[in-house]
Amino acid sequence: MNPAMLLAAVLRDPARAEGLTAPEWTALFAVARAEQLIGTLAHRIDGLAMPPAAARLVKDAIASAEQGRTAALWEAEMARRALAPLDMPVVLLKGTAYAAAGLSPSVGRAIGDLDILVPRERVEEAETALLAAGWEWVKPDPYDDLYYRQWMHELPPLIHRDRDKMIDVHHTVLPLTARITPDAAAMLADSIALENGLRILSPQDMVCHAAAHLFADGDLAGGMRNLWDIHCLLGEFGFDGLAARAARHGLGSAVARAARQANRLYGTPIPETWRVWDSMDPLFVRRLTARDGWGRSTRKLVQLGFYLRSHWLRMPPLMLARHLWTKYRKGHRPT
Amino acid sequence: MRHVTAVRIGPIGFRIGSHWRGPIAAIEDLYAGYPAPDDGIPDFNVHLFAARPWRRVLRPSVHIGGDFVIPDAAPLPLAQGLLAAEMGMNLQMALGLRRYLLLHASAVERDGRAVLMTGISGAGKSTLAALLMARGWRLMGDEFVLIDPATGLAHAFPRLISLKNEGIPVAEQAVPQGRFGPMLLGTPKGTLRHLVPDARAVSAMAEPAEPALLLFPRFGFEAAERAVLPSEAFVRLTQSSTNYVNLAERGFEALTRLVRSVPSRAIDYPDAETAVGMVEALA
Amino acid sequence: MIRYRAAPPSTLRVFPLDALTLIYHRASGITHVVDAPVPEILEALGDDALTSPALLARLAERFDLADPDPMALAVRLDELAAAGLVERLCAM
Repeated sequence: MNPAMLLAAVLRDPARAEGLTAPEWTALFAVARAEQLIGTLAHRIDGLAMPPAAARLVKDAIASAEQGRTAALWEAEMARRALAPLDMPVVLLKGTAYAAAGLSPSVGRAIGDLDILVPRERVEEAETALLAAGWEWVKPDPYDDLYYRQWMHELPPLIHRDRDKMIDVHHTVLPLTARITPDAAAMLADSIALENGLRILSPQDMVCHAAAHLFADGDLAGGMRNLWDIHCLLGEFGFDGLAARAARHGLGSAVARAARQANRLYGTPIPETWRVWDSMDPLFVRRLTARDGWGRSTRKLVQLGFYLRSHWLRMPPLMLARHLWTKYRKGHRPT
Repeated sequence: MRHVTAVRIGPIGFRIGSHWRGPIAAIEDLYAGYPAPDDGIPDFNVHLFAARPWRRVLRPSVHIGGDFVIPDAAPLPLAQGLLAAEMGMNLQMALGLRRYLLLHASAVERDGRAVLMTGISGAGKSTLAALLMARGWRLMGDEFVLIDPATGLAHAFPRLISLKNEGIPVAEQAVPQGRFGPMLLGTPKGTLRHLVPDARAVSAMAEPAEPALLLFPRFGFEAAERAVLPSEAFVRLTQSSTNYVNLAERGFEALTRLVRSVPSRAIDYPDAETAVGMVEALA
Repeated sequence: MIRYRAAPPSTLRVFPLDALTLIYHRASGITHVVDAPVPEILEALGDDALTSPALLARLAERFDLADPDPMALAVRLDELAAAGLVERLCAM
């Protein structure tokens, strides 16, 4: 079995892990690491019968995820302290949001940078406050810097000079040049306050954001983890009001596909009316599960197609050609 | 990954895959006496790969990959494939180890007590470790020492001893019956040659030892020695541990316990022979 | 008026060594290596949120300061806020 499909099968039904052979365990851990899902996997299979070597890796992964979670929540807290005097809504996104609110996707989840959403008209104030509190620009490259400010949905990345952790400040969830334009103001307006004053998106908006990030924004690298987030969110909050909200953001198609893919990979229960597969779905499955037993990416042609597609979604064609050419010249290659 | 091998070094198992047979053959040859990963399940994977299919044959260039990677790392020529494999394993340890507190140090053991010698690259840790091994100490490792946060004990990681430049003839002389790897010229660290840890180091690799002495050696100075306060030792050890932060509070406990209960000394030495004398006197 | 609150004592593991004090901050996972008067400041703040003058008075009283310097204290508090060991609270 394709090792990525094995990972999906075990996440879906942890009992599958009992009775794996040593090579299967080896491939399972390698792919889980490559997909940033080892902490999630570890929590799912913790306590089941397994060889001692596997149990040690499970224990390590759980401890590692815990430490990552502490560090991520601390970054959120320090950002909160820096932005508190400005009295603006600060909405946590993705992994940090799930962790801060104790939502099901957060169990064992690896959290990357801190992502926050603020009102567009207050982005510069936020930038100033963060710079004053010890964050600084990551190595500015004039072309990237221009690209970020003019066209992207976030400030160029900031990194804290002492803690060496990054923060991405978003004012929309997709780039300004994207063909799909979610309603960021509505997301902010319907966001939910946590006890400490930071906010998270409404459940429907969290699903919409995850789907946007998965399909309309990225080239699907790391898709299995995003899809697991969506699987958990759908399980926790259901489908009420989801279709309507997704339509509002122009993300109806993305959310529908996300639900189908989650159903295909993780067995997420989805309503009958959502079960309308199209000819692209198998291609998405192939791209999402393009890993060998070492965790390396496979299926290069499919990948290149997605890399091009993801940029097509972000930028008008002329800009795309120029941007890809510049990136190519600088040595960026889809991995 | 057509060519594959697996090996356990101390408590850590590795699976190594490669597009070329050469590095795998070298690893299997030099690590011949070592066990396989426990339960057949490695803790880490390393892959040695060509960036483009034609680079497997045309000016072959070995990129180092694995579960944990440094992006944009420079590749090595195929002639240094063995070094690439070792670097790959070191990288997994440095970036991915969670079970033990990892100290960048060499260590030798006698009567169940371990001497830990920390230092930056070039401080001569590897040469010193090789000489002490030749003098009857059990080698625990020349690059990494693993501290168990639960027990405070030091665990061995006896990888191939990595001798560099002037250290090579010194070790060759001290260990004439030693198993040496190929001479590797023009590596990023100069000339390099591996020395296989002796039979005792390999057979005892699963036996931990009580840390008894922490040394901070400095190579290329007149012989001198001074006590080091626990506070200084603590700060210096956090700098020589890549995973201290990842271990969170357990790491804090392990390191504070270590510096509080084990004496630390700084030693300066002009050459390896002098250092050996100083270590044996202090231990 | 700006007030300062220390990290809750339950989140701090204070470990005095010889020349320095180590503080493991559980909430952040960061290990701080500090010297006087940092441990004293954190101890004096305890669970309270104090203004800088109030803190200075408390420190002077508890630790018999020879030369209580409000400027020096302000600098220390800013450093501690940047490190996350102290939180700066603005009255709204």
